[in-house]
Order: sequence, then structure tokens, then C-alpha cells
Amino acid sequence: MGLLSGITLLLIYQLVGEVLVFFTGLSIPGPVVGMLLLLATLIIRGHVSESLNATANSLLSHLSLLFVPAGVGVMVHFQRIEAEWLPMGVALLLSTVLSLAFTAFILSVMIRLTGKRSAPDGGE
Amino acid sequence: MAENEFFRLWVYLSASPLLGLTATLIAYQSAYALYRYAGNNPLLNPVAISVLFLIALLMLTDTPYTEYFEGAQFVHFLLGPATVALAVPLYKQLNKLRTLWLPLVTALLVGVAFAGLSAVGIAMALGASKATLLSLAPKSVTAPIAMGVAEKIGGLPSLTAALVVITGIVGAVIGTKVFDLMRIKDDSIRGFSLGLTSHGIGTARAFQQSEEMGAFSGLAMALSAFTTAIILPWLLSLLCIID
Repeated sequence: MGLLSGITLLLIYQLVGEVLVFFTGLSIPGPVVGMLLLLATLIIRGHVSESLNATANSLLSHLSLLFVPAGVGVMVHFQRIEAEWLPMGVALLLSTVLSLAFTAFILSVMIRLTGKRSAPDGGE
Repeated sequence: MAENEFFRLWVYLSASPLLGLTATLIAYQSAYALYRYAGNNPLLNPVAISVLFLIALLMLTDTPYTEYFEGAQFVHFLLGPATVALAVPLYKQLNKLRTLWLPLVTALLVGVAFAGLSAVGIAMALGASKATLLSLAPKSVTAPIAMGVAEKIGGLPSLTAALVVITGIVGAVIGTKVFDLMRIKDDSIRGFSLGLTSHGIGTARAFQQSEEMGAFSGLAMALSAFTTAIILPWLLSLLCIID
């Protein structure tokens, strides 16, 4: 029963998110709005229910699986990829590595500048 | 008689979604078992392996992608509730978020601009076509947003979806290596950078490392989705790449 009420809650928040996006014309996806609404609810209520916690954990532990169907869609674009594989491949690879490094660099510099040492792991 | 035909129709209709769905689950579980067997070697990323396996299977059996997706959409659909579920790990990291908000916001704005513009710049220098450039620009954000942005700026949404998945896999495969080389050990920094660059696939990888890394990756994924949708079209028109 726990899993069922957990998934129902997630779907309700997603639905509310989709409805809000539809009526406000925001250019962000409904699930992201739903996530922020759920986060706001959790902050107001001050705790996570057992069923929601269990459902979220089991969904997120298999997050990779959920990207597989979209990933297989690469096959639809084989022709364009074949024609432009060099600029596409180099841009993707280089830009991804540089973005990873650059974001991590900026974040660690900013943390040092603001003097906010992050709490050690497991310190809660 | 009529009942018999109804039954045949039912079998016919249910057979194709069933195959796509089952193949996806089997491919993923085998890929995941392989990944675990190889000691969580990031090169054997479960998404990449299962995608390659399924593409090979579809090509061998001459099955079009749309037919496969009939079944696979049931898995694809769960991306929505999974995105909502990210609120839970985020809530658990709330104290840390409060302390780090200024560094996080700065890294978010700079990182989002960099992730988009660096891809466009490199592809431009290498002579990519304009449609490809614009499809590449939103590569670092989660697929539904990236496709929306691509459409808005004149890229090809379905090509963007493919590039988004590849970016995610690249980040998931090399992310931890890059952070190790930079000697960055803080899981909040590692997670945030991975999520900003490699959205959900990076976040999935981050959750395999630690809950904290996963939470920060999920946070970065959500925030960069917003930020990219707002600032990327504006940045591109500022640089006269789009009208």
C-alpha cells in the first residue's frame, strides 16, 4: 500500500505542475514545477512520510533505466550524425569535459571565497 | 466466432508494446549486472550499454523506433514522477543548500552559460551546420526542456534529444575521473557539476556514488533546466547566433 500511495502523490504533483505550466505558458516542464511544489510542501510540513520516502528511493535508484527509451532514439538520427560526426562529437565531448571542470572550479572557488565550508559527510 | 477474432486482435495489439517493454527491462538489467560485475566501471555505463544493445536488436530485426517506443513509453513515462521524486533527497539536503546558496547560484549561472556556449562555439569552429549548432546548444539540460529550447531557437528537437542522452552518458562516464584529477572530493561540488552538465543521466550516476552527490546533482539538473530555458535563447540572440 505504501508504494501505491507514494506513486499517487508523485503523480498528483506532476499533474498539478502540468496544469500550472499549461495555464501560465511557462517554458519549463510540468514535472520540474511539480518537484518544486513537492519540495515546498515538504519544507512546510517538516518531514517526509515513510511511503513517499520508499517510493522516491526506489524510483531514483533506477533512474538510469528511465533514459534508455529516449537513448535508443539516437538511431533515428544516424544519417545526420554520420554527416557531421566530427563537429558534433568533438563539441559534445570537449564541451562536456570543460563544463564539468569549469562548474566544479567556480563552485569550489565560491565556497572558499564565502568561507562556507560544507559540513563533513554524515554530520547530520 | 466474434469472440475468437476479438482475442486475436487483443493478442496482436498487446504483443508489440510487450516486446519493447520487456526488451528494455532485460537489456537494462543485463547491462546493470555487467556494470556491477566490472566493479562499477564507469566505462560500462548501463544506459550506454543497454542503448547500444537495443539499437543492434532493432536493426537486426528491422523494427522501426516508433514500434519499439510503443512498449518502451511505459518506462519513459516514469521520468515525470521520478523528476518530482527528486524533491525528497533535496529536502534532506536542505541545511546544506541554505549554507551554500550563493556559491550554488553563481556556479549555476556561469555553468549554464558555459555549457551551452562552449558546445556552440566548438561546433561552429569545426564547421557544423546551423541546425546542428542550435540543436547542440541545450545539450546539458534534461531532455523535455532541451527539446523545448531547441524548438524555440530553431534546432531539431529530436536530434537534441539524442545529443542530450549522449552528453549525459559522456558526463556519467568521465565525470568522476575529471573531479578526481582536479582533486575535488566534496560530494556536493561533484554532484552539482555533474547534474548541471549531464542532467538526469549524470544524476543517476551520482546516486550510485552517494545520496548527497545525487541530491546535489538533482538540484543542479532542476535549476539548470529553469535557467537554460530562460537565459540560453537570450544569450544566443545577444551573440547574434540566432535572430
